[in-house]
Amino acid sequence: MPEKTTVNPGAVAGPGTTGDTVDLAAPGVGAAAVEAAGGPANKPRSLGQDAWRELRGRPMFWIAGALLVLLIVMAIVPSLFTGADPDHADLRNHYLGEPQWSHLFQVDWFGYNKQGQSVWARTVYGARASIIVGVCVTFAVTVFGGLLGMLAGYFGGWADALLSRITDVFFGIPLLLGALVLLQAFTNRTVWTVTLGLSVFGWMQLARVMRGAVITQKQSDFVTAAKALGAGHTRILFKHILPNAIGPVIVVATIALAGYISAEATLSYLGIGLQPPAISWGVDISAAKDVLRDAPHVLLIPSAFLSITVLAFILLGDAVRDALDPKLR
Amino acid sequence: MAEPTKDAAREPILEVRNLVKHFPLTQGILFKKQVGAVKAVDGISFSLYEGETLGIVGESGCGKSTVAKLLMNLERATSGEVFYKGQDISKLSGRALKAVRRNIQMVFQDPYTSLNPRMTVGDIIGEPYEIHPEVAPKGDRRKKVQDLLDVVGLNPEYVNRYPHQFSGGQRQRIGIARGLALNPEIIICDEPVSALDVSVQAQVINLMEKLQDEFNLSYLFIAHDLSIVRHISDRVGVMYLGKMAEIGTDEQIYDHPTHPYTQALLSAVPVPDPEARAGRERIILSGDVPSPANPPSGCRFRTRCWKAQDKCAEEVPLLAVPERFATTGSLAAHDSACHFAEEKDVVGAA
Amino acid sequence: MTTISKTADVPRRGTDAKDSGPLLDVRDLHVEFHTRDGVVKAVNGVNYNVSAGETLAVLGESGSGKSVTAQAVMGILDMPPARIPQGEILFRGEDMLKMTPEERRRTRGAKIAMIFQDALSSLNPVLTVGYQLGEMFRVHQGMSKKDAKAKAIELMDRVKIPAAAARVSDYPHQFSGGMRQRIMIAMALALEPDLIIADEPTTALDVTVQAQVMDLLADLQREYNMGLILITHDLGVVADVADKIAVMYAGRIVEHAPVHELYSNPAHPYTRGLLDSIPRLDQKGQELYAIKGLPPNLLNIPTGCAFNPRCPKAQDICRTEVPPLHSVADGRGSACHFWEETING
Repeated sequence: MPEKTTVNPGAVAGPGTTGDTVDLAAPGVGAAAVEAAGGPANKPRSLGQDAWRELRGRPMFWIAGALLVLLIVMAIVPSLFTGADPDHADLRNHYLGEPQWSHLFQVDWFGYNKQGQSVWARTVYGARASIIVGVCVTFAVTVFGGLLGMLAGYFGGWADALLSRITDVFFGIPLLLGALVLLQAFTNRTVWTVTLGLSVFGWMQLARVMRGAVITQKQSDFVTAAKALGAGHTRILFKHILPNAIGPVIVVATIALAGYISAEATLSYLGIGLQPPAISWGVDISAAKDVLRDAPHVLLIPSAFLSITVLAFILLGDAVRDALDPKLR
Repeated sequence: MAEPTKDAAREPILEVRNLVKHFPLTQGILFKKQVGAVKAVDGISFSLYEGETLGIVGESGCGKSTVAKLLMNLERATSGEVFYKGQDISKLSGRALKAVRRNIQMVFQDPYTSLNPRMTVGDIIGEPYEIHPEVAPKGDRRKKVQDLLDVVGLNPEYVNRYPHQFSGGQRQRIGIARGLALNPEIIICDEPVSALDVSVQAQVINLMEKLQDEFNLSYLFIAHDLSIVRHISDRVGVMYLGKMAEIGTDEQIYDHPTHPYTQALLSAVPVPDPEARAGRERIILSGDVPSPANPPSGCRFRTRCWKAQDKCAEEVPLLAVPERFATTGSLAAHDSACHFAEEKDVVGAA
Repeated sequence: MTTISKTADVPRRGTDAKDSGPLLDVRDLHVEFHTRDGVVKAVNGVNYNVSAGETLAVLGESGSGKSVTAQAVMGILDMPPARIPQGEILFRGEDMLKMTPEERRRTRGAKIAMIFQDALSSLNPVLTVGYQLGEMFRVHQGMSKKDAKAKAIELMDRVKIPAAAARVSDYPHQFSGGMRQRIMIAMALALEPDLIIADEPTTALDVTVQAQVMDLLADLQREYNMGLILITHDLGVVADVADKIAVMYAGRIVEHAPVHELYSNPAHPYTRGLLDSIPRLDQKGQELYAIKGLPPNLLNIPTGCAFNPRCPKAQDICRTEVPPLHSVADGRGSACHFWEETING
């Protein structure tokens, strides 16, 4: 029986997806598969591990990742970065002193603001609001929008028509305008109210992405195969469709996270998001706008941190997309 | 209808009667109005006997894949019945349907898309046991999965690998192992080798034949490759535009075809032997298969048939043994849906 | 109308066409792809030639390099990741690899045209077929819109699309698969090229339509006295139309021969295996002959003869030495150390 001999470990998978397309694809394809054939380093690997392998090789991922780790640590334990109290106001320092570039990590590294507070300390402590709002809004909209999109995409028909129309209605409301109007109703606004405001108007894009991804996966042969085995909706949704549909959702969510951080800053700048004494980059930028000419550093430092944070998330999103979507390779 | 099989008294394990599937064509978004229907399968009947292979051949759009979906209850039939051991399974749902599924399984065409890329081979082959826990107690499952891998000629140590680590032929073996997991009696194979490389096709066909003997499986083997169908099938049905044109034993169909479509199909099969080819009669059909949304009246093949006459447009030919052959006892005496059925010597495939 | 013809009536072509050297001569062509996991050697020294009026079939499985070779000839490989480290592609004696991109572009379509497997994705879905056919004349020959349309109808007539004048304004999706492939053929013919490369032209089509399209291709080739390279994995399809066949495996030509000899008496174990694995009448109920094992990994091609792990005849020499293309007979070659034994059964 020659069957057994066919099982040599040098399995070359054909073109990534379809078997019969062009044989041009065969050589280059499925880096993972080819590697699997490579020989002794033939360990089983999930696609998640493949994505990680892919990410590891990307400098962009490491740059974005390093920045984000730094920012997240900053948000969790700001005291690591500055010994100064961001609320401590010493009016004697009112706009005193240009940034002292050589005073790394010290109170007057970036000078003082109008109230005589350390710009460096306030910037460090401001990270927390941005990261919390960004992460929490993203989490909320991914769960809510994702669930809605999943149900709409999977069940189709009336459920889809209804949910899609609701999504369309919300799409008609600009994120900032909607949040602005909603947040006005709250007199005492914290990071949680801002999170709520942004979540209510920010889930639509994720719902759409999830719906599209689910519809694509729903038609795939392995889902049909599961149905033919008699699998129920829950199994099909969570075991077969979700793991394959989640990729694009993660990518969109990562990039959207950057948007929520800027939205929070914008709201705070407009005075509708966080309010003083809460510390936020938006609040600080807002407070500094009047003195742009005299003390530009007071505005530029928090702005620079905001931009870098947003950029880091976008870069991360791009890297993740490339890793999760091998078709783009 | 006399079924000229080895044992005419046998009860079929699967019997399809007048199966119809129309996909409605609708217009409008909210208030959908049916404006027509794609008649994908339009009244076909056949039987499948225990341990045999029934091949279904036809070109794309003839409805052969829809038949597979209907038998698997992946699509609901518009009308008609499917009897599994005498029980009509076409209207079952819920628990009763799940129970029947254990006995009828499927092997898919594309080994690249029919395995979930996020699951390990062990999970894929073991999934049937999670859905039907009564088949194998939890502790036995891993062993069973490894046995199945062994049965289909793969290394049992591969359970933790992912599908993308295998080649097309190996993946198809995994798909076959999944189909075997529940010990089904019937396996519906929808073009199981057409996505594979030529040199690997033979391996998979051999495996399927070996498994059939080992587990006494009945195959419904759907394919467009006539030579492979002939090799593996005991009986063959030829479909055209949602209807069965002709059905009989492989010898009857390939050596004594009486339906003009079968004859054209056979003569068009490329034969890898230029010598045999010389002098061979070729029937090159004109035109394309008409749309199943608007099939021709009467005989569906008449628009491409060189024998068509007025009668063909008016009367739907029934699938029956043509009268002129009925009493001859020749191999031409098998079911053929043609008003003017006659034998024509076309060199068979292979 | 349905035609019933005897193949024997059709005279074989290509025998009288070898007047002035080959039209296309590929010499020792190598193509590699640079990937993260290493260098994929897709084509490893391919030689073949086609003369005017001749049909060469290139036969191979996926990954054999048959399509990559054709893409290199067409000059449509993406470089990088592809690279052509050595080799020559002579078209009428001139090495196309040494041409400027502009010269190369001018050859494409006008001198060498290509037909792809998937006609639907090769046609632009938002333009009418008449527009797409006429575009060739407007761009390359500066024809007026009206003349181009008339030309388009003429071409559609030539590839036997019924009611061409009425269908010229239809969009690709309104045509069936067979008709779309005819449109692709019409497009390839538009500028009356000297050579057509057809990459699996009928693989996506049904058997009865396949026959129509192959017939059409053969007729047109005869009419225009073109060279035709037919790339396929299907041993059956080429038996009818090819004059000679080159069998590829792991980026090399393992056997080339005139069509009759190759089928009746293969000189390479791989060819023999392919032919034997086709189901035959007398094998009914028996196990099919199957070539054991899997196609090779192009990152890691076996040493010696690439086919040796799957070959029933493999000896020690096969694992160490790459077999040269032995001359078996006039116009026949086999890259097997044991071709003599193979050819004798």
